[in-house]
Amino acid sequence: MMNSAAPLLEVASLSIPLPPGLDREYAVENVTYTLNSGEILCVVGESGSGKSMTANAIMGLLPSYLKPSGGRILFRGRDLLTMSETELAHERGRSVAMIFQEPLSALNPLMKVGDQIAEVLLVHGERDSARREARVLDLLAYVGLPDPSNLRYAYPFRLSGGQRQRVMIAMALALEPAMLIADEPTTALDVTTQAQILELIRSIQRAKGMGVLFITHDFGVVADIADKVVVMEQGVVVEQGRAGDVLNRPQHPYTRRLIAAVPHRDGQNERASTIGEPLLEVRNLSKVYRSGGGLFSKPRVVRAVDNVSFTLRRGETLGVVGESGSGKSTLGRCLLKLTDVEGGEIRFRGQDLVPLTPAAFRPMRRHLQMVFQDPFASLNPRQTIGRILTDGPVANGVPLVDAERKARDLLGLVGLEPSAYDRYPHEFSGGQRQRVGIARALALDPELLIADESVSALDVSVQAQVLELLQELQRKLDIAIIFITHDLRVAAQVCDRIAVMYRGAIVECGPPSQVFDAPRHDYTRRLIAAIPGLHWDPRAAVA
Amino acid sequence: MSFFRRYAQNVGALVGLAILVVVIIVAAAAPILYPVSPWQGIGDPLLGPFEDSAFPLGTDMLGRDIAAGLAYGARVSLLIGVISTAVAVLIGVSLGAVAGYYGGRVDDLLMRFTEFFQTIPAFAMAVVLVAIFSPTITSITLAIAVVSWPPVARLVRGEFLSLRSREFVQAAIVIGQTGPRIMLTQILPNAISPIIVTASLMVATAILTESSLSFLGLGDRNMMSWGFMIGAARTMLREAWWLSVFPGVAILVTVLAINLIGEGLNDAMNPHLRGRKG
Repeated sequence: MMNSAAPLLEVASLSIPLPPGLDREYAVENVTYTLNSGEILCVVGESGSGKSMTANAIMGLLPSYLKPSGGRILFRGRDLLTMSETELAHERGRSVAMIFQEPLSALNPLMKVGDQIAEVLLVHGERDSARREARVLDLLAYVGLPDPSNLRYAYPFRLSGGQRQRVMIAMALALEPAMLIADEPTTALDVTTQAQILELIRSIQRAKGMGVLFITHDFGVVADIADKVVVMEQGVVVEQGRAGDVLNRPQHPYTRRLIAAVPHRDGQNERASTIGEPLLEVRNLSKVYRSGGGLFSKPRVVRAVDNVSFTLRRGETLGVVGESGSGKSTLGRCLLKLTDVEGGEIRFRGQDLVPLTPAAFRPMRRHLQMVFQDPFASLNPRQTIGRILTDGPVANGVPLVDAERKARDLLGLVGLEPSAYDRYPHEFSGGQRQRVGIARALALDPELLIADESVSALDVSVQAQVLELLQELQRKLDIAIIFITHDLRVAAQVCDRIAVMYRGAIVECGPPSQVFDAPRHDYTRRLIAAIPGLHWDPRAAVA
Repeated sequence: MSFFRRYAQNVGALVGLAILVVVIIVAAAAPILYPVSPWQGIGDPLLGPFEDSAFPLGTDMLGRDIAAGLAYGARVSLLIGVISTAVAVLIGVSLGAVAGYYGGRVDDLLMRFTEFFQTIPAFAMAVVLVAIFSPTITSITLAIAVVSWPPVARLVRGEFLSLRSREFVQAAIVIGQTGPRIMLTQILPNAISPIIVTASLMVATAILTESSLSFLGLGDRNMMSWGFMIGAARTMLREAWWLSVFPGVAILVTVLAINLIGEGLNDAMNPHLRGRKG
């Protein structure tokens, strides 16, 4: 079974042209790869590399304006591209199944999850309802969901992200397909959940001898599960081979660049000697969210930030890591008084910020700046870059002429063209916009910069550039940075100290060497064990 | 530039714009086309349309030229439509922006106030207001504005509510901009498209309201208006149909044109609809 002669899937010189007028001629060009039964093939690439396009072509899910112009997709020797829609519908689900990135939007919100799985069986001809029910329970148990007999009556919104993805996998497995296509199935999940789902996919694949086509942008995930790797750039396969070869001995310069950009522990960043006097002291900070509740019902209370204390010195980078819902972003918002706090002190240069009114705090705002998460939402689409950069200084009383000169200098500092000044945000890529966001924060000469997931939305090579820029600016300007992230690898690379947040509280705080090599808290240990590609050292590969 | 191209793709919107331009030209040129006051009887009474080439649309029971009445009526309709809408939008945007941006108590207070106006039937209130303040063009305009701002306030509040949690607004707070400045320079430009679309449709409603008021005899006594013409002709409906039909058609065509323009603006400005039509 493992080494049957004919490959399960053979994509042969597949080309899909893009509509005219776009930045390149082909969405994918001359793509060739094979997938055998019992194998996991990872397709890696950055956004826009066309990595999902072949998967959509296999499933017949291409939008109507995209038609393959050449090549074949042979599944067990039959060309999927020449099949009729009826034949294809028969194969979908039965032979080839797919799971998606966002399980919430892939599930019908108005249908119980058990019914959704049963529907797959019904559509493919299982008429006996008792047999369907039994199979649904089997599947839910098989993908490791707790209490299947109750859970099948749950609606998708009641499940966590990881549970939803498990339901999606159960649906995909319903008809025991020979091949599973997974399109970034863990990107929207927390790191510990991601590790569990990856483990599940791998164990199912081994048990059923399936072929898995796994699409991802994360080399850590590739290192964890891939047997073979295909690296794509701009619609072209630049390198493919066994996972060990591609990961540890990359040949193509693009692969080498991508691997070099994978965040990793530096080991060199403990610069305790250069760190100055305390700038920010947070004592017993608390923030409670109350929701719902009326005259007769008790409101739901969430302790988003629970008794948090830490000290930040000039020129220091403090990493705040945690999973979604851990309160790390709320902490950042509290520090900037974007939200009220319940209690505690925020001493900035010795002055407590908590009791200040908005009007009294406004003149101080310029010292505490923030770089936001989403480079697409954080810039006003109706303002030019110049306007965005000068607004801050002007609001703080700097004459417009000076603010303009400063803005032009800053564009150079963050590595943008001077012509960017008169252009609008939509003309820039995500990485460039994030540079504008950084420039906006720096325009006010802040002493403290809070970066809230500032690199999470960026491709890995762009992410590396932005991280480098932040570190360089910190060295030049001696600012303190609070770096909020869910990615421990990024935190390990850039931070002097790391604070691990869990359910609103800081459970562990220390230099990366201590947090990573001798974690004291149980949760920290779990987080570190879940880092994808932990055993693989990207630096050795490109050294 | 691309905005005008998108707008021009909508044939209905172009037709609407053409009609409105014609109406505006007629209104502006009324004193040149018809130097004699539209109140002045200058022909035989009750001439039918095309009976006399001097009065192509006929005359009414006092020998007044219907065509002249329509031309002067266009001035009143457009004037009241545009000014009352401008006033209503000003009130609505101010209240809605403050309610949506500050939220909490302020929002509750302003929205209850808005609902107070919304629960009273708009036309009945306009009638009462005009009757109290004696019908002049100013009181009519203000009355129409007072009854038509609540939907704008609700719309603007909703837009501000969703926009104020966007990251670029948070960023504006962080760089130290004041509340009014953020509302005016950051949020309002991003909420302007639905406001313009609603305003264009409100002009049409205002014209209808003014006509209804005039029909009930609550129009400005010194200004010829389409509603007044229909109101005055209602006793002669069976004997002289042209007295009421031509002003009625004028109202219909103008309101339709403005509605078409509003819809065209909506399609051109709403990014979600872009590209949906082929």
